[in-house]
Amino acid sequence: MTDFGSMLFVFVLATFIGLGVIRRVSRLLYTPLMSLTNAISAIAVVGSIVVTGADYPRGIRILGAIALFASMTNIVSGFLITDRMLKMFKKQ
Amino acid sequence: MHLIGELSAVLATALFIFALYWMNDPKTARRGVIAGVTGMTVAVLETWIQPEIVHHGWIVAAIAAGFLVGVPLSQVPLTAVPQRTALSHAFGGLAAGLVGTAEYFLWLGENSAQLTPFRMSALVIEVILGFLTFTGSLMAAGKLQEVKWIPQRPVTYPGQNLVNLAVLGLAVGLGVALVLHPHAAWGGQAFIAIGALALVFGVLLIIPIGGADMPTVISILNAYAGLAAVAMGFVLNSKLLVTAGALDGSSGLILSIIMCRAMNRSFTNVLFGAFGKAQPAALKGEQKEWKQETVEGAAQLLEQARNVVIIPGYGMAVAQAQHKVRELYDALTKRGVIVKFAIHPVAGRMPGHMNVLLAEANIPYSALVEMDEINPEMPQTDVALVIGANDVVNPAARYNKGTPIYGMPIIDADKAKTVLAVKRSKNPGFAGIDNELYVGDNTWMLFGDAKAVLGDLVKQFGSGGIH
Repeated sequence: MTDFGSMLFVFVLATFIGLGVIRRVSRLLYTPLMSLTNAISAIAVVGSIVVTGADYPRGIRILGAIALFASMTNIVSGFLITDRMLKMFKKQ
Repeated sequence: MHLIGELSAVLATALFIFALYWMNDPKTARRGVIAGVTGMTVAVLETWIQPEIVHHGWIVAAIAAGFLVGVPLSQVPLTAVPQRTALSHAFGGLAAGLVGTAEYFLWLGENSAQLTPFRMSALVIEVILGFLTFTGSLMAAGKLQEVKWIPQRPVTYPGQNLVNLAVLGLAVGLGVALVLHPHAAWGGQAFIAIGALALVFGVLLIIPIGGADMPTVISILNAYAGLAAVAMGFVLNSKLLVTAGALDGSSGLILSIIMCRAMNRSFTNVLFGAFGKAQPAALKGEQKEWKQETVEGAAQLLEQARNVVIIPGYGMAVAQAQHKVRELYDALTKRGVIVKFAIHPVAGRMPGHMNVLLAEANIPYSALVEMDEINPEMPQTDVALVIGANDVVNPAARYNKGTPIYGMPIIDADKAKTVLAVKRSKNPGFAGIDNELYVGDNTWMLFGDAKAVLGDLVKQFGSGGIH
């Protein structure tokens, strides 16, 4: 149960930080913001790596590999397209 | 060893927060990408070197496949960014759903003592959120891409909300049963049923939603994808995952709220209200006539203006007219006309879409002005040039309770001294509502494809506009 308590604690604090930081994001950048947060939340990749690479039954590892592929696609395309869009914003 | 893991997780978390923090200004924003990539690399490598990871071939293959698909996906035209974003929410949901399923069956088979009520609840939430985000986002992406077999217009039927609630309720009910009896013989089947119901629910959730609501829907799906990652963090006991998911979730939440406010609608109304149905032909009292203007006349109006506000909508993007807009901007600026762009929060098909499209055309971001800032200036504006925008400039939103856009804040184009509106056809916009701005006393219409009309306009200014 202590697990649950500390995780909930982290979740609540992280949400407050998120709300505070995101509220300050430039309105110009909402589209790149979405692709950036999307890439960041693909941190789910760490879970997929364990499921794919540990000594688990084959069926489970197949699920992990598909998840790993999906997360990795989000990481790669998310960061690349964010940078591509941000490059376009010029003051003059 | 464990210490290194904890430290790298803290480092990655800090980098992610900085990445978002730097997005507060276009000048520092690219630093954010570097921070994000660094954090991600640290987290991936730290996980990969754990001794429990013994099969490296599959990991390499899956990562390579991710690059193979991810790189082309990052090169799509900017008009297609909303679809790409929806697709990435789908992938995020899928990953969460699959990892949840894998973990459940792993624990069920090998170590069912791991299935504590807490962990079981987190698993159920992860799988429901993950799979409904997966199919819901796929549907949204399909609608945005205008895939043929996915209906663009909202699909509604009597009792729709009841059916949707029943499907979700059944999934949640099975989930509760599993939490109460995690070791029951029917556990595996119940778990699969929950996943399947969530997949169905995602589809049902999106089919009644119309195109005009896409900016809100994408934001809500973003929040779901983030929450699915949070649930996965609870399952795997990973603070890093919980934090990153919470950042994504709060971003989706804030964007959803902003989008809803910009349309004067509530979450429940967007999700259960079936917007975008053709409006009953109720308020058709007086039929005023359009007044058409020639390109020559329009060019003269623009040239003689002291200040011009351009109001772009998705029609501009569809016509790929943003580069012609830039040429017009150059030509006018060169002649001393002050040109600004008025950006409505829901213009385009996702939050911030219009800004990205204009930035691509090299229009400086200092010329892009938010609705709330431009509206007080509109009465002093000589010419408001509306390009492919419709509902966001419809004055009916202010007083006509009969229209679905009633109460939605609009850009006060009608208050400008003269309005020029470029419009492809005489049909109403996304929401299917007549726009009285077009028949206003000070409004002049330019009918035609935005790119062609603007091209002709630029030609009127001679070669001055082209560099």
